[in-house]
Amino acid sequence: MRVWKYGDDINTDMLFPGKYTYTCSTVEEVKPHLLEDLDPEFAGSVQAGDIVMAGKNFGCGSSREQPVLGFKAVGIAAVVADSFARIFYRAAINQGLVLIEAPEAVAAYKDGDDVTLDVEGGKITVGGQEFAFPPLPPEILAIRDAGGLLNYARGKLEGKAKG
Amino acid sequence: MGMTFAQKVLARAAGLDHVVPGQIVPVKPDHLLTHDNTAAIIGKIEDDLEKYGVVRKDLSVIVLDHVVPAANEKTSTAHKKVREFVKRYGIENFYDVGVGVCHQVVVEKGHALPGKILVGSDSHTCSYGAVNAFSTGIDRTEAAALMLVGETWFRVPPTIKITLTGKLVPPVSAKDLILTIIGDISAGGATYQAVEFHGNVAPLSIEDRFTIANMGIEMGGKIAVFPCDDATEKYLASIGVDRSKYDPVWADPDAEYVRELSYDLSAIEPVVALPHKVDNVKPVGAVEGMKIDQALLGTCTNGRISDLHAAADVIDGKSVARSVRLLVLPASRAVLEEALADGTIQKLVAAGGVLLPTGCGPCLGAHQGVLAPGEKCLSTANRNFKGRMGCKDAEIYLASPATVAASALSGVVTDPRKVA
Ligand code: SF4
Repeated sequence: MRVWKYGDDINTDMLFPGKYTYTCSTVEEVKPHLLEDLDPEFAGSVQAGDIVMAGKNFGCGSSREQPVLGFKAVGIAAVVADSFARIFYRAAINQGLVLIEAPEAVAAYKDGDDVTLDVEGGKITVGGQEFAFPPLPPEILAIRDAGGLLNYARGKLEGKAKG
Repeated sequence: MGMTFAQKVLARAAGLDHVVPGQIVPVKPDHLLTHDNTAAIIGKIEDDLEKYGVVRKDLSVIVLDHVVPAANEKTSTAHKKVREFVKRYGIENFYDVGVGVCHQVVVEKGHALPGKILVGSDSHTCSYGAVNAFSTGIDRTEAAALMLVGETWFRVPPTIKITLTGKLVPPVSAKDLILTIIGDISAGGATYQAVEFHGNVAPLSIEDRFTIANMGIEMGGKIAVFPCDDATEKYLASIGVDRSKYDPVWADPDAEYVRELSYDLSAIEPVVALPHKVDNVKPVGAVEGMKIDQALLGTCTNGRISDLHAAADVIDGKSVARSVRLLVLPASRAVLEEALADGTIQKLVAAGGVLLPTGCGPCLGAHQGVLAPGEKCLSTANRNFKGRMGCKDAEIYLASPATVAASALSGVVTDPRKVA
């Protein structure tokens, strides 16, 4: 497990450059360009189970779900930040990517610290220190439990077709 | 306790008497905007569409604008896929290449109306707050789900109240005002929150309000909204919308706000947002004299007729510096036609401007006017992120149409107040 730590206001162009939005249509095409203009090392070295950590307003800018799809595909366990931009936040819920708003945990992190997550229990441990974060509301858990928004919508349609 | 605009619109949509910030409510939006990304969106739900079709033929507003005319086979194939989808499912509101930038088209064609709820798979969907609509951006997956079921959820946002007093002193413009506000609030300062504009909004035209609401997302806002007043009603009447078609909503006088700010418009000065963040806002004097390579006039932020007029007034028969490429990008065909009819386009082209097809053009760096490493562009767009115009080693500076025009003439960043 490795923690990839970045600063405030990491925008969608840094996460996935806009110039690729109409040339990369599959997640396999998205992966090599993840964080290309922010951290050229990321795409080549990221591994399943890694954590992305950042400051305020992570994911601001365009409505661009490719970074969310990309993070899911490379197996990012969670993005932990002071706060998230709202479209990014919604996109993550809709794909089932775990986002954790825990500014104290971000502040406590020092290079090389071990980080463990208990998403259900609302707990994150950074270098031995434990921090709590608020659990997700039931409406949002229902989407996550259905395996993302599209499956949730399909469930509704099937319900209607049967009913 | 009274309710804010956001509370009232969302309560009405959910059929509830009262909602509070933080509450999650189910909502059936009046419209869903998608653009070139429609191809990717429908690609997610091909089998579902076969099985269930679309939930409503009048829900989607689809505008091809991002890479138009198609730049390569990939984009042309995507456009073709969108046209086939539109035909097959009888989508009622489709605007093909050349009609304009999606946000301009949504407003101009009367899809965004006071008190209505619109969502769009584009972050600048917040623009329609200019005409008192509740409108905000969503992702592609959510757009796909909406096409199928027509319903989504919103968390009722807390609201920031901004009260305006006084009047802008030309050539200072709405762009200088919103950049100043973003500089103060910061790029994430309104995240998850709604922004309401109160006070002396009457002197701001619908076009000014569009520029301001358009950039609500640049401070993280969910929506940025103006009241429906005489100017709104007159504008809507001018595009053929009958008054019976909409029911405006506004905040109660005793609504509760998380933050209140006020701005004296007469004190606003020309400003520039420096690379690579929109909230890196400085008085134009901070970069005065800096050489620029490209000047972009247009986009959904500042591509309307009043913006083109502001630039043409500054240019006033003079020529653009030989070292600068001035790109002119009207926001829609309607704007282009008006600017052709009154001679504005002729003036800009005679000065050396390059006229681009209506659409997003170079704004997102996908084609047309991509920058080279080391180049600087002064732009009327809404974002100056690293790499935004196709090159991560270029710099983008944001300013008003008057500042961009004044700078295009001299070849260096210039305070428009100094151009007689
Ligand atoms: S003009 Fe620019 S900001 Fe506006 S919709 Fe197009 S790409 Fe987005």
